[in-house]
Amino acid sequence: MTRHAIAGIPRVDRQLIAALLALFLGLAALPFFGSALIVDKLTLLTVYVTLAVMWNLLAGFAGLVSVGHQAFIGLGGYFALRLVESGVSPFPALLVGGALVLLAAWPLSWLVLRLRAAEFAVAMWVLAEAIRSMVMFDPLIQGETGRSLVALNAIDPDLRRNTLYLMGLATAGAAMALSYALLRGRLGAEARAIRDDAEAAASLGVSTMRVKRIIFLISALGCAIAGTIWLGSAITYQPRTAFGINWSVFMLFMVLVGGLGSYLGPLLGALLLFALQEIFGDFGAWYLAGVGVVAILFALYAPRGIMGLIADRTGREPLSMQARLTRQGEA
Amino acid sequence: MTRLSVEGAVCRHGLLTAVRGVSFALEAGEVLCVIGANGAGKTTLMRALAGAHPLAAGRIVLDGEDVTGLGTHARLRRGIAMSPEGRRLFPDMTVRENLMIAAENGRAGDWTLDRVLAAFDQLEPLLDRPAEKLSGGQRQAAAIGRALLANPDVLLLDEVSLGLSPAAVEGVYRALGEIKETRAMTMIVVEQDLTCALNFADRILCVTEGAVALEGRPDDFTRAEISNAYFGIHEKESADA
Repeated sequence: MTRHAIAGIPRVDRQLIAALLALFLGLAALPFFGSALIVDKLTLLTVYVTLAVMWNLLAGFAGLVSVGHQAFIGLGGYFALRLVESGVSPFPALLVGGALVLLAAWPLSWLVLRLRAAEFAVAMWVLAEAIRSMVMFDPLIQGETGRSLVALNAIDPDLRRNTLYLMGLATAGAAMALSYALLRGRLGAEARAIRDDAEAAASLGVSTMRVKRIIFLISALGCAIAGTIWLGSAITYQPRTAFGINWSVFMLFMVLVGGLGSYLGPLLGALLLFALQEIFGDFGAWYLAGVGVVAILFALYAPRGIMGLIADRTGREPLSMQARLTRQGEA
Repeated sequence: MTRLSVEGAVCRHGLLTAVRGVSFALEAGEVLCVIGANGAGKTTLMRALAGAHPLAAGRIVLDGEDVTGLGTHARLRRGIAMSPEGRRLFPDMTVRENLMIAAENGRAGDWTLDRVLAAFDQLEPLLDRPAEKLSGGQRQAAAIGRALLANPDVLLLDEVSLGLSPAAVEGVYRALGEIKETRAMTMIVVEQDLTCALNFADRILCVTEGAVALEGRPDDFTRAEISNAYFGIHEKESADA
């Protein structure tokens, strides 16, 4: 059996990684000098980055286009709420609540990953709605009314804000680091093979179900933890918002506009969505129309997103996940 | 020693029965060419052998083990690999990556990247080229090389010459001929080009409307008999003509 090595990282990419790490460390120090408003806003940005990276991992690399990943965002929040109600301290509850989503995602993966592309997308949306309905039956949630994470209100506001921000930043950083490690290795190559042609991949010995399941579960976990951090920031849990289709629309927008299947695209897409919200958020429905117009413009004139524009201009895609495998000894 | 036997295989596409009770057995190192007109069920039969299409009835036995219920990647582990119709390389990936995915997931054996590059020497300068930028002949070479890297005992090659130039067909069959001479691998080749099939095969299996119309050594039949079976022309129709 021929063994692979992973090709070395080009110098430009190494510099880019160093810059991203420096940015990460700089952002980690933000609570020491940033205003409460900025910390609050950047917490939302970290949630967006995590969601975009997770959705890109799923759709961009494994070809699993989901419009129902809000199921895990809402379910993570629900589990966190339940844990807090049963006496668990709020911050650990946010992380554990997110992790508990795997208990639901694992059996669901056996069902939905057997479906074809369009069926998978619809099934995920239907499942999200079904799970939302079940959550609403819980007397604790009281249907549409929802519930607040009152235990968080007992914590000093600065400590609460900074902790949530750092949790969000760590989650976004972990999501990016994990997806980089996975996609540069054998799993990434297998996922791209499945995305291009699942039957051909299987005929070469790739266990398509195993690869898809790993990526599905990682994306579910990432979305769930992002959801619990968002809940910690919003405090109030309402099923219609937590399980809202808006989450999928945002994820789709960030990934498509940033560059589907590129590594840095979701990060750029998240930054663009965040900027649009900051600039046009006060215009209500007009803001959403503006987001739609931006998406349409990209679909028409830059279908490969911002990363596609960068690749066309520079001749290479920064931190590309393509052509990474090489023979052992050639790395 | 019987390497592969197919017993009463039936495959359906919804209400349509594409393969009707096909049976045959192959010895180790034997080469079978499956011929037949478009829509005869050849590709469905190949996909069923590879585990990509379920059997509605019948069974497939590899080296004495019933592999009917196994999926595609599990059959590859047992030793059945396929180069599918249309090559189906991963277009976004380089030739090297296409080959290495097969090597990484395949079985251990004599077929290494170096040996594949020696057998298909046109691939060496193309290793870092995206698969979507290859010519038809180069794609076919890469697809066959990819299947070989899985080190199969049974190699399934679907529509080898389809869409290739005569020079490319000659090149591919030259490489396959060298593999055949070693008698280390059983091959099932779907081929629409009768001349190629008859020259390359130890045995031929002609499929018409999903059923076996003719089976045997190429020398056992006249060209007219093979052509009649190929096009589904019965003896009486042939005599009337």
